Amino acid sequence: MAGKKSEDISFDVVNVTVVSLLILMILYPLYWVLIASISEPNAVNSGNVLVWPVGFSLSGYQKLAATPSIWRAYRNTVVFAVVGTALNLFVTICGGYALSRPQLPFRGLIMKFLIFTMFFNGGLIPTYLLVKNLNLLNTMWAVLLPTTLSVYNMTVARAFFQSSVPDGIIEAANIDGCGNIRTFFSIVLPVSPAIVSVLVLFHVVFRWNEFFAAMIYITKPEGFPLQLVLREVLVSSQAAAQNLAGSGGDSKAIMEIQRQAQLIKYAAIVISTIPMMVIYPFMQKYFVKGIMVGALKG
Amino acid sequence: MKTNKSAKLTRAWDLYILLIPALILLIVFSYGPLYGLLIAFKDYSVTRGIWGSKWVGLKHILRFVESYNFFNLLRNTLTLSLYSLLAGFPIPIILALLINKLNFRKYKSFVQTASYAPHFISTVVLVGMLRIFFFPGTGLVNHVMTFFGGPDFDFFGSADAFKHLYVLSDVWKTMGWGSIIYIAALSGIDPSLYESARCDGANKFHMLIHIDIPSIVPTIVTLLILNVGSLMNVGYEKAFLMQTPLNTEASEIISTYVYKVGLQDAQYSFSTAVNVFNSAVNCLLLVAVNRFAKKVGETSLW
Repeated sequence: MAGKKSEDISFDVVNVTVVSLLILMILYPLYWVLIASISEPNAVNSGNVLVWPVGFSLSGYQKLAATPSIWRAYRNTVVFAVVGTALNLFVTICGGYALSRPQLPFRGLIMKFLIFTMFFNGGLIPTYLLVKNLNLLNTMWAVLLPTTLSVYNMTVARAFFQSSVPDGIIEAANIDGCGNIRTFFSIVLPVSPAIVSVLVLFHVVFRWNEFFAAMIYITKPEGFPLQLVLREVLVSSQAAAQNLAGSGGDSKAIMEIQRQAQLIKYAAIVISTIPMMVIYPFMQKYFVKGIMVGALKG
Repeated sequence: MKTNKSAKLTRAWDLYILLIPALILLIVFSYGPLYGLLIAFKDYSVTRGIWGSKWVGLKHILRFVESYNFFNLLRNTLTLSLYSLLAGFPIPIILALLINKLNFRKYKSFVQTASYAPHFISTVVLVGMLRIFFFPGTGLVNHVMTFFGGPDFDFFGSADAFKHLYVLSDVWKTMGWGSIIYIAALSGIDPSLYESARCDGANKFHMLIHIDIPSIVPTIVTLLILNVGSLMNVGYEKAFLMQTPLNTEASEIISTYVYKVGLQDAQYSFSTAVNVFNSAVNCLLLVAVNRFAKKVGETSLW
């Protein structure tokens, strides 16, 4: 390492600059929503909020806190995320382990049946009709059950057990007269926190952000998860404001409604996104590993 | 060796207890809807059920192919997916190559963490943010445009702007997450390669071109095949959320159409037939691309 080449130094300078610009592009919109949510709405709308919050105001959050439908939706989403993640984790981790063992009878055949569904599925209507015929509409099971088995996550779990758990400890347990089920729960699972963390993260994020299934299967407002209410606040309220404009209310009232709607939007984005933003950096080393394990086998 | 083999042959039926929940869900919620695909070839009636409804063969698929908006839907779907592929596929690779060459470990890990952030926001929030930033009169993008003397443009009211909004916001959301797999592949490069290259007088740029890029080509090809194979799978969530009465001409794609005629108009058989058509095209694409990759290089999926 005798002195850096000048070419290498210019390479580093260009590289750091380009990467920094990209990161700025990625983070700025998120940062902007955060500062807009605590700024004066008029300053935000006239384009004066760029780097720092202008005219500190929490009225967006106060408005949001006073809306019961948001709280109900938040609770529903937490229930969906907790129950859905627990179910998925149980199914994929147990199944993934069974499939990782060469002693499983008909293992190859079952894998084929599983992989097939990754490429071919019934699609929207047949799934909807099935859920409807099972009388699950307007229950959380309609949203959770059709996506509880994730073949992709199960193959990630399978690949993990194959590559990261030494065969020796499993065989030793078997020789000691430990059945496969006990071996799994008392020997294999305790040494596999990484795969549990990966699957928990993947699934919590999926459930937290899921929107379409809830829109199709849940029609009663009291069962709406957060994303459905967010859709009304973020995407549809413009239409509501425009409707009002069309029916000829006076312009001041319309302006005020638009101002309020705008305020609530920033606050709604922040409170719905913060939980995921806070969790993921702590799980980073696990999900990077999970993606690698999944990619090696996929 | 021999004992190992005989151990493998001891069948362990108790493992099925662990597999049963997955198998039940597989049969009910994966193969159940596959059976339901039959209605694409029948006139489904709720009272008669899937099996009892009358067979009509390819009637529904032909009706879709001959319908007046068939080419429009196909064009919109392919425009979005090809544009997404062209813009969205290379960028994570470039990002990974650049991040891999960063020297300061702390900055490198900050960059990685920061680049994943958009992956964790929901589609609803993403579309909500787009509407805020691109709203005429008050949106930040419009403020910037008018500041530089440009027009105040209604992005969501324009069919031409739709595809750019759709694809570029997707690139923004997925580039960091998509780079993970390439960074992982790059971290597996043998350090002695760099050392001998340095002895031969190579600088960092030479190493990027002659060591880094060739070493991730297999990963690139595999992901490219998978991506082309799902070219027709443009998800309904985002396009549906971004639709406005003024941009449907460009934003109506096959999947949103399936949702509309299927669930809103309750034309179950017709909508399922549209989906079957879509899957069939996808399947053909995957097989064709894989065959092509096999011929050109060594990498293929099977």
